[in-house]
Amino acid sequence: MSGALDLADRLQHAVQEAYAAERPLRIAGSGSKRFLGSSPAGELLSTAQHVGVIDYRPEELVVTARAGTALKDLARILAEQRQMLPFEPPEYLGGGTLGGAVAAGFSGPGRPWYGALRDAVLGIEMLNGYGQRLRFGGQVMKNVAGYDVSRLLCGSFGTLGVILGVSVRTRPQPEHECTLTFEMERQAALDRVVELGRSALPISATCQVDGRLSLRLSGSTPDLDDAVRTLGGEPGDSALWNAVRDHSVSHFDASESGGSLWRISVPFAAPYPPLDGTWLTEWAGALRWLRTTEATTRVREAVRSIDGYAIRFDSEADAFMPLDAHLLRYHQRIKTAFDPKGILNPGRMY
Amino acid sequence: MDRVRLLEKLGAVLAPASLITAGPALKPYETDGLTAIREIPGVVALPENLTQLAQVVAVCRELSVPLVPRGAGTGLSGGARPLRDGVLIGLAKLNRILRVDPDNRVAVVEPGVRNLAISEAAAPYGLYYAPDPSSQIACSIGGNVAENSGGVHCLKYGLTVHNVVGLKVLTSAGEELCLGGATLDAPGFDLLALLNGSEGMLGIVTQVTVRLLPEPPCKQVLLAAFPRVESAADAVAAVITAGIIPAGLEMMDRLAVSAAEQYVHAGYPLDAAAILLCELDGGDAEVAARCVQVEQLMRRAGASDVRIAKDAAERERMWLGRKAAFPAIGRIAPDYYCMDGTIPRARLAEVLSAIDRLSAEFELRVANVFHAGDGNLHPLILYDANIADERRRAEAFGGRILELCVGVGGSITGEHGVGVEKLDQMCVQFGADELDQMHRLKAAFDPECLLNPGKAVPTLARCAELGGMHVHAGNLPHPELERF
Repeated sequence: MSGALDLADRLQHAVQEAYAAERPLRIAGSGSKRFLGSSPAGELLSTAQHVGVIDYRPEELVVTARAGTALKDLARILAEQRQMLPFEPPEYLGGGTLGGAVAAGFSGPGRPWYGALRDAVLGIEMLNGYGQRLRFGGQVMKNVAGYDVSRLLCGSFGTLGVILGVSVRTRPQPEHECTLTFEMERQAALDRVVELGRSALPISATCQVDGRLSLRLSGSTPDLDDAVRTLGGEPGDSALWNAVRDHSVSHFDASESGGSLWRISVPFAAPYPPLDGTWLTEWAGALRWLRTTEATTRVREAVRSIDGYAIRFDSEADAFMPLDAHLLRYHQRIKTAFDPKGILNPGRMY
Repeated sequence: MDRVRLLEKLGAVLAPASLITAGPALKPYETDGLTAIREIPGVVALPENLTQLAQVVAVCRELSVPLVPRGAGTGLSGGARPLRDGVLIGLAKLNRILRVDPDNRVAVVEPGVRNLAISEAAAPYGLYYAPDPSSQIACSIGGNVAENSGGVHCLKYGLTVHNVVGLKVLTSAGEELCLGGATLDAPGFDLLALLNGSEGMLGIVTQVTVRLLPEPPCKQVLLAAFPRVESAADAVAAVITAGIIPAGLEMMDRLAVSAAEQYVHAGYPLDAAAILLCELDGGDAEVAARCVQVEQLMRRAGASDVRIAKDAAERERMWLGRKAAFPAIGRIAPDYYCMDGTIPRARLAEVLSAIDRLSAEFELRVANVFHAGDGNLHPLILYDANIADERRRAEAFGGRILELCVGVGGSITGEHGVGVEKLDQMCVQFGADELDQMHRLKAAFDPECLLNPGKAVPTLARCAELGGMHVHAGNLPHPELERF
């Protein structure tokens, strides 16, 4: 980590100037999720140099860091205290900052068991589109004072505010972890993980791809030993989980597989829709990555019919699922409530 | 308000039994769980289905009559305090469990379904709904969503916001918003998170999809007695630092212990300055190992006695005293005022001694019951409303406790909400720009301010008035505002 640097005043000044001049800003951290969604016009406002852990109290399970803090650096600092970010944020292209992770809102392989990124966000310091510096939430586990603006910002891709700093809940690292793999086709694997989801076995991640189901188990030794005896299978490579998280397994490699990549969020037990292509399934069935040459409208329709929603994950145009007309209207009003002149990442989402 | 037209139009929508317009039948609706604040509502509407609900909202919109949504009325911050010139919409009749889906581990329910009824419906599948506010026998899920309710298992399993995956919400414009569903995330802004804890100000909850969890195979409870409160606080920190996340970790001080013991005979040690209750859950082996570890940590922190429940009956008995703490306090004082601040755990001992000093200053006793694991204090201020001045002193004392919480980096409410009770303390926790942003957010959903007006977020004018606000050493929370 390049030490600590507080650029909040400079960032605030930049937003205030942009507000006065009605000039759009394109907000970026490390740029690791640039490939996703449309690229807004406007001058670059980088939070990448606004770095540093402001406060870390392992006994409180809370860390507060500036938005530009690299996820890798944060992970290392937490690991020194045998803690971790519960939401295991992806590090696409090997990068990623805390602010960027929160702005995108994506959670890693442990999501169904450890909670979502937004679940772990306790407080945010931000600049709205007026250039006002605001704080919502805080550093305590429970806080219901006022609207939960901190969590509203998660996954808003910088369209509601520039994230300056975030307080997140940490989690003790599991005492032990092991990986089991089974030769299993996707429908059989889905049936299996749905069944396991109803049990209290210490599973903390699942992945089915290329005719193989892998399970990650986390917990204390005797319980893991019991679970291994119950589940069977062969020992697997634990490097799989970060590779799936960061999209560095071949399923995510366009040059190898072709077609486009869809991130499809569905109820755990939803059937696979009749779409051609190859699948990688995580989250005990609830997250499915489809690589396909099927048309966008067909994918969206098929996914809607199983009560899910889809993001086209390698596309600038039309990445996010269109919202119903009246829901979209509320989104636009919320956008205006934070950014009346539309200067923050205009067009990034809707 | 054109009352004649209002009653005529509501009468066309609702059956006579679902419309209360006068007389003693209005009385039960004058207050929620915060009984010190009362107001007889203008009209009470009790729709029997979603069509009627939408029609009632449409009538209110047409006549510009404000409306206050109400679940079971167990809220503790006056969030359901009615308006004399408004319509109180009771959602208790919308109480159907629409679906329990064990494979997708969700239940889809109407807002009036009781919290505990969800776990009861899920029990045959070995599943349950985790958030368990102490009013769970009576409180409804719609109200839980509005308040983002907690309970004793929040540290490990989260609040309502962490356990709701889908909502349907009716806005004051009469539009139904479908947020999320049975998926683990949803397109667009995270309105699901925003609606949880929005205190009925942004929309009326019409359907809730909750996440169900598998029952843990093993549970165990430890009871530790401490001669000093500080040692109990140290023990809490020691447990968390050791990487253990208990399912519940509760503290009670001497006065709370003695009241609970007299009431339910839970077997609590009466000579302790504080006790800790620690519930561990998970696999058999893990729970057994953790129990040994927690016992050692408690003893090392200074516990004079640590007991591990021998069986389910003893476990129940240990919890019984904690669960009965509020009514037990109700037996030793004519009235009590329950506070709900949160603090960083490390500041616990310091905050408790400051509360002691305030207790002497205000000449009122206070019993402390505390979700120690997640830093959520519930000081119960004992008073007698029949003695001149005591209620006013209790409120002032309570306000000072909340400001103390903000001062150490905490919050004025952990799980009870702001309602009308803590509007003044909102001025202490937030600056004018933050409050302004919240008002703009409210206007994005409810531009005419028909839904639960005057709750949760104070006007800047209110913050400018010094009335209910304590000023620390001459520092006003909003020096930039003009004062009158």
